[in-house]
Amino acid sequence: MSNVSLSINGTQYEVPKELTVLDAARTVGIDIPTLCFLKDINEVGACRVCVVEVEGARALQASCVLPVREGMVINTNNNRVRKARKSTVELLLANHNRECTTCVRSKNCELQSVSEELGIREIRYSGAKREGSYDDHSPSIIRDSSKCILCGRCVSACKNVQGIGILDFTNRGFETTVGPAFDMSMKDVPCIYCGQCMVVCPVGALSEKPSTQFVWDALEDKTKHVIVQSAPAVRAALGEEFGYPIGTNVTGKLASALRKLGFDKVFDTNWAADVTIMEEGTELLGRIQNGGVLPMITSCSPGWVRYIEFQYPELLPHLSSCKSPQNMFGALAKSYYAEKHGIDPKDIVVVSVMPCTSKKSEIVRPELEVNGTRDVDISITTRELALMIKEARLEFDKLEDGTFDAFMGDYTGAGVIFGATGGVMEAALRTVADVLSGEDLENVEYAAVRGLEGIKEATVNIGGLDVKIAVAHNTTNAGILLDKIKSGEADYHFIEVMACPGGCVNGGGQPIQPANVRNVIDIRAERAKALYSEDAASTVRKSHKNPEIKRLYDEYLGKPNSHKAHELLHTHYVSREKFPL
Amino acid sequence: MTKNYLTEENFAKLHEVIESHKDMQGPLMPILHEAQHIFGAIPLEVQKTISEKMNVPLAEIYGVVTFYSQFTLEPKGEYLISICLGTACYVRGAQQLIDKVVEMTGVGVGKTSLDGKYSIEATRCIGACGLAPVLTVNEDVYGRLVVADIPGIIQKYNG
Repeated sequence: MSNVSLSINGTQYEVPKELTVLDAARTVGIDIPTLCFLKDINEVGACRVCVVEVEGARALQASCVLPVREGMVINTNNNRVRKARKSTVELLLANHNRECTTCVRSKNCELQSVSEELGIREIRYSGAKREGSYDDHSPSIIRDSSKCILCGRCVSACKNVQGIGILDFTNRGFETTVGPAFDMSMKDVPCIYCGQCMVVCPVGALSEKPSTQFVWDALEDKTKHVIVQSAPAVRAALGEEFGYPIGTNVTGKLASALRKLGFDKVFDTNWAADVTIMEEGTELLGRIQNGGVLPMITSCSPGWVRYIEFQYPELLPHLSSCKSPQNMFGALAKSYYAEKHGIDPKDIVVVSVMPCTSKKSEIVRPELEVNGTRDVDISITTRELALMIKEARLEFDKLEDGTFDAFMGDYTGAGVIFGATGGVMEAALRTVADVLSGEDLENVEYAAVRGLEGIKEATVNIGGLDVKIAVAHNTTNAGILLDKIKSGEADYHFIEVMACPGGCVNGGGQPIQPANVRNVIDIRAERAKALYSEDAASTVRKSHKNPEIKRLYDEYLGKPNSHKAHELLHTHYVSREKFPL
Repeated sequence: MTKNYLTEENFAKLHEVIESHKDMQGPLMPILHEAQHIFGAIPLEVQKTISEKMNVPLAEIYGVVTFYSQFTLEPKGEYLISICLGTACYVRGAQQLIDKVVEMTGVGVGKTSLDGKYSIEATRCIGACGLAPVLTVNEDVYGRLVVADIPGIIQKYNG
């Protein structure tokens, strides 16, 4: 790696020649404001907030896309630069719906931050505002274009990261908007509701459909028995909403907070993740031994399920028939738990706390019901739980570390790692290996399926059988594997797919970190660490060794994939047309 | 537009165009140009076909179609009345011409009449400033107009 020398603000520096001016300035401790820029996702130089003066160049240059050159003389902080940045942001603000006090992103808005950091105290421009459109018809996503600043991050996340392209720029000039084709509702397009557009949005133009009031209402209804479950990835990120460093595991405080909010039972989706392994592992062994459709692909991620239903419906037989852990939990809460505790399932309200916005659409799928009631009644995101904790004025940092309730709250290390890409695969391998070898194997860590490589492949010898596996995260990578299956190139037995990059830890319902954090920290890796360390510290790390799971099968379901298990825990899928006219 | 322009014949032509452009670099623009020519517009049905065959997201195609003014979502009428709103025409009363045309045809600017007969368009300078104010009906050019000339012009095409 060779260097170039350049001058920034009058001081001479040596920097690697691959850098942009923005990165070069950062490496020497000079901060340049940005707005549209998001590392690896949106590097387009569109907003002009990061402009700098370069000697010899007529106009100010966008530093986020400007490569360094030998002998460059750069000024990041003079009147001309400051004025240009201010004007740019003022123009954005002049055309922005500035109802900041009631905005879902108040205090976590990058437009608000940059405006404050640039010292903007008045907006000198006034005039016509672009007419906004507001769409809250989908179960998961609200799109409010009156807040949109046309940075293009959601367009990049949807088209380039996820490979789907629901959102794009429409019209031109002052009329430009970002939205689906023909300004359709998000409910009428092949959107998988992964929410990656929301977590990259710098403002409040994209947000989840809120459900917290439904939870408050249920908690206040004395005739209801309200049960909460929270997904593995929630504990790896919830702390961020309360000032904890990224990657802090807050399992104990999460359990305490849920109890203080007033839930009758505080259970854990991790428990259901262990059930999923029993069902999915057995299904896989059955498919291998009986010549079933292979590769079998996981079905935990509702965004992924929607993706294959829209984009590759002909491959649906590859999808495991297992419901997701969220819905397995709900189905068992309204059957197993209800029967054992003598509660009418109609009086039970199951609330799920999920790192996911697609879960909101999953719970309304018509086929996901049990005993005439929905598996899961209300699904809220990690962000919405944080909001409820704030509304209840709980002092999160002062909460004691609590535990989850017995019966559906005990879980293994295998259940915890579901929240990171490769986790479901690893958890399944632990159980399948024991079953095939008939032993209690000591090695439970499968390094080949960990980490953030887009597609991970391995051949694992378990019990004398070479099992070929693959793990994909984000739907672009999933599509690559599906194309291979279609063309007959893939001879895998088992594939794990998570719709979101990095898996659920980076789901669309997780706390939103601004670009200046995401530029320097890989939040996917940090949050995953929190889960893997909880797994490593667990005494039981295999789903089939969970005593509560053994009890579930002994006392209620019989065997995995039994008739009763099929009735409660398995489902089917539908082929969806992308744009039905 | 009552005329059916989304005919099987036209879609067959579109498929041919897509086939012949498939492997070239940046095929979307030339395909859209051809589609506009074949159908006289690029509505949802046509965009869907291109999206599926080319594996390009519908939103991206819609974005391109709405960005360039040579593409339209609806077909133009049999007679396209374009009134120049360039500076010279404007100062010589083009706005009053537009108002009169709109009043007589009942069609708004940028719109097409329900029977598919007229489309009305306000254009930028067409380079005939010496004739200002000027309007065109398809290939016919009418210059140095006053509002009183409009009924006579419309009359010609009403028959």
